[in-house]
Amino acid sequence: MALPGIAIPDQAAAPKLQVTNLGVVFQGNDKTIAALDNINLEISDGEFVCLVGPSGCGKSTLLNAMGGFLSPTSGSVSIDGELVSGPDSRRILVFQEHGVFPWLTVEGNIGFGLAKLSRSERAQRIAHYVELVQLQGFERSYPSDLSGGMKQRLQVARALAVNPDVLFLDEPFGALDSITRVMMRGELLRIWQAERRTILCVTHDIDEAVQLADRVVVLSSRPARIQNVLTIDIPHPRNISSPRYLTLRDELLKMIGLAYEI
Amino acid sequence: MKRSRQENLLEKWLLPLVAVAVLLAVWHYSVLMTGTRVFPSPLSVWRGILELLHKHVLWADISDSLRRVVIGFAAATVVGVPLGLCLGWFPSLHQVVNPVLELLRPISPIAWIPVSIIFFGIGDPAAIFLIFLGSVFPIVVAAASGVSSVPPLFRRAGRNFGLTNAQLLRRVIFPAALPQILIGLRISLGIAWLVVVAAEMIAVDSGLGYLVIDSRNSGKRYDLVVAAMLIIGIIGLVLDSVFRLVERIRSVRWGFRHAA
Amino acid sequence: MRFPVWLRPVLFILALLALWEIAIDLHPGQLMPGPVAAFAAIGELLQHGLLLKHVVASLFRVTWGFLLACVTAIPLGLVLGWYRRGERAFNPLVQLFRPISPLAWIPIAILWFGIGDLSSIFLIFVGSFFPLLVTAISAVHNIPEVYINAGRNFGLSSVDFFVRVIYPAVVPQLLVGMRITLGIAWLVVVAAEMIAVNSGLGFLIVDARNAGNRYDLVVAGMIVIGVIGLLLDLGMRALERVKSFQWTNQEN
Repeated sequence: MALPGIAIPDQAAAPKLQVTNLGVVFQGNDKTIAALDNINLEISDGEFVCLVGPSGCGKSTLLNAMGGFLSPTSGSVSIDGELVSGPDSRRILVFQEHGVFPWLTVEGNIGFGLAKLSRSERAQRIAHYVELVQLQGFERSYPSDLSGGMKQRLQVARALAVNPDVLFLDEPFGALDSITRVMMRGELLRIWQAERRTILCVTHDIDEAVQLADRVVVLSSRPARIQNVLTIDIPHPRNISSPRYLTLRDELLKMIGLAYEI
Repeated sequence: MKRSRQENLLEKWLLPLVAVAVLLAVWHYSVLMTGTRVFPSPLSVWRGILELLHKHVLWADISDSLRRVVIGFAAATVVGVPLGLCLGWFPSLHQVVNPVLELLRPISPIAWIPVSIIFFGIGDPAAIFLIFLGSVFPIVVAAASGVSSVPPLFRRAGRNFGLTNAQLLRRVIFPAALPQILIGLRISLGIAWLVVVAAEMIAVDSGLGYLVIDSRNSGKRYDLVVAAMLIIGIIGLVLDSVFRLVERIRSVRWGFRHAA
Repeated sequence: MRFPVWLRPVLFILALLALWEIAIDLHPGQLMPGPVAAFAAIGELLQHGLLLKHVVASLFRVTWGFLLACVTAIPLGLVLGWYRRGERAFNPLVQLFRPISPLAWIPIAILWFGIGDLSSIFLIFVGSFFPLLVTAISAVHNIPEVYINAGRNFGLSSVDFFVRVIYPAVVPQLLVGMRITLGIAWLVVVAAEMIAVNSGLGFLIVDARNAGNRYDLVVAGMIVIGVIGLLLDLGMRALERVKSFQWTNQEN
């Protein structure tokens, strides 16, 4: 869906996800709040993009609009040229915490979106993703028996199992302790490299962004606009003490407006 | 996305009005279609309400019912809240007493009527005793669970500031448990209102419950039966709303923030 | 204390019974029986097979009235809770009907169903319907937003969404509401039987008093009512502990 004034280079390199002039305004009882203002963003197939920005700036609103959970006040979101108009299993959101269904087992959660498959296909798919997120042995456990990190891996598995075009992660590791968080980053990278999905990840963690992303998009405070885009041109696995890494990290901190000499 | 204010007002008033209108219409036409002589139509109930309002008996009945509820409920509060606080404060006491409470609780207050007549004869005290029985158990349970669900952190913080047991109870535990206690009190007040009507149908000869049973027994005045039921409903609703206002007082409101 | 924990409540009950017996013995000639007489009366009822008959009659009415209320009020409440406009429309009516004592419906019950089982089943239905309706509505309101979003994410049809997300999410709260409501139904059946029928535990009490002031039977009936009510409550609590229903307790 080519829009006037927006140049699309050629069909082969057409973006997987395209956000055009996106704006969201919330109508409260006695005040209106502009959450997003004129967001333009293109993400290509298989790319890993991180969104960072001050807290409360509207990062989650942006994800919700892209996922079809709320309809934008202006502008549009399209995936593979198709307009997003509502929630759909081709785009799956992974929530911060408690997003797994506590009344279903690990298998039940992963199989949640697979009702249309035959029994054997479903079992196969579940087994594959149990292995991918390394929850073997916990197939019949309930989420209450899992640790925070395991629950988040389960959520990622449930999302990937339905073969989505795009995966949206909303501060997926925000509620985890810092050691688990570092381990989960490695897990997520491994899964991403194995499955090659397009991932858009909201985070408030600078290191997470620089370690994971191909590109980091920096949002301004409310109403959120795209302030800067930083391309992380380091191949995986990334050495977090390499000069290039540290330079990019400093650059990102500067973009966010944080003094890094504390 | 949130709705605008105008839409809200429209929904708040129009939708219930439509629902009530539909109910009245269904009621009216089913009375017409079945051709019943006994069951009243909405219109005759309305006339019944007006008739009751003009007779001072209604006001006497209302004040009788309310008086019984207020006294019985107040007695239940005075006994139930301290007892519940004690049980919540001393878990070992709770363990000992709780089975007795659990055993007494499922006995319908109405089933106590014969016993209450022995002790109090027929009349107000008997009815008040029944209301007391109906509302005291929920109050005890609410107060006890209110105290036991106060985070231990609060207790330790209180001790930290060198409070004595009595001070701790008064300045930390009670305010912390208050929201839950108030919810328990409101539920009990609702139960008291259910019980008073039931008790008045059996044990005394005044009050709204008596009005219901008397309207039926003396001449099958079903229009007055339904009219009295509606008045019971309205007064119960008013009692509940008044209590909800109390819950909204700022100093006790902290516990309700999530619920609001 | 040296007694094992489970023994303490038993000793407490025994002490209360002893106090009661002593109080009665000190005032002879009272209508009020002591515990010994009351338990003797339970024995007498058992011997004549009357106890079983009355208990079965009461449980029969409670079961039907409660089940009817469950199958109507819970689906209706879930739908009203989900479609907030529906709730807005009906909430005032619900709030108006809820404070009307189920017993106040007795004249109407007798008019519609005559004197008998149907009448008291109707009263139990009325007494259970509104609490269950309110529970179901608020259970839907209390579903954490994240489950709803996670469920919508997978593009389910509305029926699927209801069966696979809404329903499992509300089950723990519904069970608590059902337990409380079953308690109410048990209160109502006894009261209803005192007026509208001629069998059941409520009838036993009224009949024992009216036919010859047999207060030992009155108190015996009350004890049986308490015990059965307690058992019903324990049964529902056991249901709440079933593994796949239990998730709320584990989560917190």
